[in-house]
Amino acid sequence: MGMVRTRVRQIDSDILIIGGGMAGTGAAWEAKYWCRNCRIVIAEKANINRSGAVAMGLSAINTYLGLRCKENTVEDYVKYVRGDLMGIVREDLVYDYARHVDSTVHLFDEWGLPIWPAPNGCYVREGKWQIMIHGESYKAIVAEAARKAIGDDNILNRVMVTHLLKSSSDPNRVVGALGFNVNDGTIYVFKAKAVIMAAGGGSQIYRPRSQGEGLGRSWYPPWSSASSYGMMIESGAVMTMFEARFVVPRFKDGYGPVGAYQLMLKTRISNVNGQDFWKPHLDEVRKLYSGKGRYVDLPITPTTLRVYAQRLEWINGRGPSLMRTDETVKKGTESEAIAFEDFLDMTISQVAIWAGQNHEPSERPYEVITTEPYVMGSHATECGAWASGPEDLSPRKIDGLPNDRGTQYYWGYNRMTTLDGLFCAGDACGANPHKFSSGSFTEGRLAAKSAVLYLMDHSDEKIDVDKGQVDLMISKLVEPLERWEEGKYSVVTGPSSMHPVDPSKIYWKQGLFRLQKIMDEYAGGWSTMYTTNEWMLNRAIELLQFLKEDFIKYAAARDWHELMRTWELWHRILTAEAVVRHMLFRKETRWPGYYVRADYPALDDENWHVFVNSRYDAKTGEWELWKVPVVHIIEFP
Amino acid sequence: MPSYVIPAKCTGCGDCVNICPSHIMKFTKSGVFGRKAVNIEPESCWECYNCVKHCPQGAVQIRGYVDFTPLGGSVEVYRDEKTNRVYWTIRYRNGNIKHFVFPIRTKPWNSIKPPNEYPEPPKEFLRTPYLSLEHEKLGGNKLGVELPTYKVPEVIKVEVR
Repeated sequence: MGMVRTRVRQIDSDILIIGGGMAGTGAAWEAKYWCRNCRIVIAEKANINRSGAVAMGLSAINTYLGLRCKENTVEDYVKYVRGDLMGIVREDLVYDYARHVDSTVHLFDEWGLPIWPAPNGCYVREGKWQIMIHGESYKAIVAEAARKAIGDDNILNRVMVTHLLKSSSDPNRVVGALGFNVNDGTIYVFKAKAVIMAAGGGSQIYRPRSQGEGLGRSWYPPWSSASSYGMMIESGAVMTMFEARFVVPRFKDGYGPVGAYQLMLKTRISNVNGQDFWKPHLDEVRKLYSGKGRYVDLPITPTTLRVYAQRLEWINGRGPSLMRTDETVKKGTESEAIAFEDFLDMTISQVAIWAGQNHEPSERPYEVITTEPYVMGSHATECGAWASGPEDLSPRKIDGLPNDRGTQYYWGYNRMTTLDGLFCAGDACGANPHKFSSGSFTEGRLAAKSAVLYLMDHSDEKIDVDKGQVDLMISKLVEPLERWEEGKYSVVTGPSSMHPVDPSKIYWKQGLFRLQKIMDEYAGGWSTMYTTNEWMLNRAIELLQFLKEDFIKYAAARDWHELMRTWELWHRILTAEAVVRHMLFRKETRWPGYYVRADYPALDDENWHVFVNSRYDAKTGEWELWKVPVVHIIEFP
Repeated sequence: MPSYVIPAKCTGCGDCVNICPSHIMKFTKSGVFGRKAVNIEPESCWECYNCVKHCPQGAVQIRGYVDFTPLGGSVEVYRDEKTNRVYWTIRYRNGNIKHFVFPIRTKPWNSIKPPNEYPEPPKEFLRTPYLSLEHEKLGGNKLGVELPTYKVPEVIKVEVR
């Protein structure tokens, strides 16, 4: 290192969990259950008591089957999730988390999460798969379970992990990670026999609709920095389905949730004339997007098709969509408490907006708008790592495909990525959507149990990390600080809340705005009404290469906090490139609500009823993409 | 800015700094008034209210994002881990007020039984699909039903185009 002085701590563990959100806390719980003498460590960028997507709280648990009350079957759930993603999911992975998710929810109940009880001994249903909670303290409760499981000494809050470490003798083996304390700059070298990636999905990759003070009011939190993806992409793990990045319809500006309004209160969405938004477009949607799976006529219409129909109304001048709260919310009754708690539990800003605008939901409807796109693996979207399925649900061998992890479904350890010793959970794990909070915690449990099995099978393996390589990575990690130290007196800038104007430096916010502009204008953001084509995507790739080069040559940070923002930006840039490459590769429009490839505007089941997988080579900057057939273990359609 | 600190009330205890998920609640440089908390990056604020809920002095408040929130309204919160309730007061710009109270937890804090206080699982269960507490031999079955499974052929043939 040059001018930046800091201390380096080495942490040896059996299992390193990167990120202490819902998936990471689930992993901590389960790892400790199966391995009593293991050292299990969580590295968390914030404070696990309130970190990850559930940091604010949550008003519902979106995935609960209710098997003990015979409310649903796992098969029906897999069919629902498959339909919502227009036919393409890893059914082995979905079936697997779904069959376990009820035990997770029952644990939450036992731990004191207030789940609305039903008189018959089950829970109050919000929708077919959703149950209602008083979820203000959801994350704090779940964090308590993780803290008690592995001990506060093994939870490193305010430590951001930026890079994965590979074995010096085996480039396919992950043996730890590198990170730093975002307050005091202590560098952490983690050596671990197994690593579980649970660092969340990505917001702020596309330009948000609000770019002033409200920049941070994205629907998914601004701290979801796509770090799971960035680190795994850079390490050469096979990634899947990055083209299926998605948008959600939400109350305007605050992005308040619509679940309780639509499902619980049965509130209708109309166009501005009070008319239905769906029927006028049914013929066109059926013609273009029905496909082999007859998606348009499924019992629950796929999210992406409903969103698309709302957009067509808008394009035709009958928008925006209106949530008719005036028809279902009655002042001073339970319906008003349900309506407001939906926001207060998880999107308080929406109430602040209504208070400022004197908006009474019982008197007037309110606008619903689609957000900017997000890159995630846990909601109605399935970006993430390509992982092995469970032994009893995955086809052991798929004949007709290369015997390679990038195309097969099973290689020995559930939720292990294509890299040895690296597991994924929650948003990090691709092709199995709709996990939400409870499913992400469950997938953390699955990954952790599998990691313990991996430790047992590899107990005599020695972890080797090359010291020279680590030193090199540390100097790369602090390089943005060095640049600032070296050049801080070379330019004069006026007092400004923005970063200095300097021809030899790019600061995080400057780079972030460039990234968001590229993605929004070329890769199907809101400013083009989510429309793109081959030319635009190629142009996006070209501009992203400049941004990558600028980051590598010029990224600068003035303190440890900014260094965190800088590496978040790098993770977002790599993720953005994956998104664009995938969108370019898939020559059809499968999820029209999420984006339309205007040059291939229809669903094409003949050629594209497949996963798209990719691998990045960090040395050459080259990407490789290929199709993987979808195996339906549950009868299709 | 989304969260802001009232200096006269802030004791500089750091509870908001400690909890902020976005790492934007920081300390001011100590001056004649001592150390205070400050939101250094309002544009990275999610208005999650954790700083407000965790401030023992009521010194941290939220002023809605000014891009789209008219001034004059407010959302105030008091979260109590003893009564396990969260109390909300919503003040409209026109003076209307709404109150809501919701439970936050049904059990006392720090009451979770950790996984290592359950009997150690039999090793052979590592190679089964059961998770903790899903089988009589794994601390009881919290699923309430036998773990579902599905017959999948070991080898599946696909046609590659």
